[in-house]
Amino acid sequence: MSKLTMNDREHRLARLSAFRQGRIVPAERMVEVLNALIEPGDRVCVEGNNQKQADWLAECLAQTNPDQVRQLHLVQSVLALPEHLDIIERGQVERLDFSFSGPQAGRLARLLEGGKIQLGAIHTYLELFARYFVDLTPKVALVAAQMADREGNLYTGPNTEDTPAIVEATAFRNGIVIAQVNQIVDRLPRVDIPADWVHVVAEAPRPHYVEPLFTRDPALITEVQVLMAMIAIKGLYAEYGIRRLNHGIGFDTAAIELLLPTYAASLGLKGKICTHWALNPHPTLIPAIEAGFVESVHCFGSEVGMEDYVAAHPDVFFLGPDGSLRSNRAFCQAAGHYACDLFIGSTLQMDLQGNSSTATRGRITGFGGAPNMGADARGRRHASAPWLRAGAEGARPGQMPRGRKLVAQTVETFREHMAPTFVERLDAWDLAESAGLDLPPVMIYGEDLTHLITEEGIAHLCRCHTPEEREQAIRGVAGFTPVGLARDARAVENLRDRGIIQRPADLGIAVSDASRDWLAARSIKDLVRASGGRYHPPAQFRNW
Amino acid sequence: METFTLSLPSALAATAPATSPTAASAAPDVICGIVASGNLEILVEPQGSSTCTFEIHTAAEGFRETWDAVLADFVQRHPAGGLRFTLNDVGSTPAVVALRLAQAHELWLRGRAA
Repeated sequence: MSKLTMNDREHRLARLSAFRQGRIVPAERMVEVLNALIEPGDRVCVEGNNQKQADWLAECLAQTNPDQVRQLHLVQSVLALPEHLDIIERGQVERLDFSFSGPQAGRLARLLEGGKIQLGAIHTYLELFARYFVDLTPKVALVAAQMADREGNLYTGPNTEDTPAIVEATAFRNGIVIAQVNQIVDRLPRVDIPADWVHVVAEAPRPHYVEPLFTRDPALITEVQVLMAMIAIKGLYAEYGIRRLNHGIGFDTAAIELLLPTYAASLGLKGKICTHWALNPHPTLIPAIEAGFVESVHCFGSEVGMEDYVAAHPDVFFLGPDGSLRSNRAFCQAAGHYACDLFIGSTLQMDLQGNSSTATRGRITGFGGAPNMGADARGRRHASAPWLRAGAEGARPGQMPRGRKLVAQTVETFREHMAPTFVERLDAWDLAESAGLDLPPVMIYGEDLTHLITEEGIAHLCRCHTPEEREQAIRGVAGFTPVGLARDARAVENLRDRGIIQRPADLGIAVSDASRDWLAARSIKDLVRASGGRYHPPAQFRNW
Repeated sequence: METFTLSLPSALAATAPATSPTAASAAPDVICGIVASGNLEILVEPQGSSTCTFEIHTAAEGFRETWDAVLADFVQRHPAGGLRFTLNDVGSTPAVVALRLAQAHELWLRGRAA
């Protein structure tokens, strides 16, 4: 590893004198720029997450000279593009620290098993950002922005996401920041990254990629998901009076969002629940916003097609002086961890201790942000009514009183192809063994889980006193899975008598009332209509 | 495709068809749900026996134990004696089966009351 000194950066940038005009270089010379700048052993961050990608710069990196650009230490949020893996396959990478791999999970597992690279660690987003400021500071950061001006100031716009965290760590520790932009203009709508933090700018041959990851078509929401949303709203949100929250991605949480202006409103909950959010601009939140349910939403990133709708709601979203969204993944992750009283999400597998994982054998998907959202914030000190109540419910006599974050998982007992969600042993154990991971990759630990919702009802795990009770509470809502059928029927009835397990009927919910008619929008077109024509869904979601 | 029939004891559905078959048969039959992937349709009719009978036609083979558990649970939770349920299933999960059975049962009771 080359020593990080001011001279080193100046020395490297001097090699670019033939390419650079000010900070701007022509796109066709980017591969040469990277060859000239990057030295063996450099820590390199290619910006990307589950939304925006510096995809053109990743392509350029995969075309560099392997004799010069080698022994790299990749320190980046995702390995989602084929090019990220191409760089590894070309033998240019020695070590990898990352957070999430998504679509390339299978290929990454094979490369790791083949001993092609050393794996440092798999992080959550916030952990990796934190390590940028401690021991994994990038020497070279390849980032994406919508626009630059001729000075090199950047406009990252609605999809600002990870850029501020990456650039700040790199630029202030003698590193080099290279930005691909969709367009170079005379005057930016606003400055998100000042020019003196940026060293090289190129207008990419095409706009950077953005994945519409948070769009869920209401037409695909099932009645079982409606039922579970009713249970969540009545048995959890209303019960604890949850106003500050974060939703994971998925149809289960989309159903809850679409039931706010209908079912939740019919229970008189408007203004009492779901007022403040750490959440991307989910299209399925539009009807709740239009109904006046929502006071504030801070976003990790944007969502394709939601730009105009968001811009029309300065009363709800965080907008710049130009009127467009400013997202920030690092701040929103901190907000979700410390300022929200509830996280609710879904998972693929859960064991009898309540540990949950999305890991399957042969795929190293990593973590993203869910573990930080779905964990008690042990460092939190400010109180709120739901937090105090959740803490008090599990307290032992004589213990120091403290609060607790509500962490809920909402899952159907069976997934597609009759794969049971509830298992004795998570596949994460096999993956840890086959890939040589330090620990089984658990998304949310059982000890952090306070509530479990299935179509069978809600289990208030935070009200259990012993591990045995918790296990029976989980079995009690595990339905007809082998784990559920092996429950102790008497213990489960006892838990029901004590209000630890509540069936829909116990909550006053008639199962037959679980109808798609409750959905405030039943199609993407309904969402467009609800938005007053300001939501512009991407082509793959348009069927009219 | 797998087909089987199962009769289970259950509390009598509202007006007992065994003691008053004419009252039960006066209620209209009910169809609930749709035949589609991951879904099913259910026909509810009164029958001249106090048990609850299920006739299952399912595209998914090899889940007999799960069916038995779902149906046993249903007749315990709902008074379904005197009713016959015919199910055309295209691989729905137990969650969907239980939901549809509850919906079909309530629809039939509502039709009877009307």
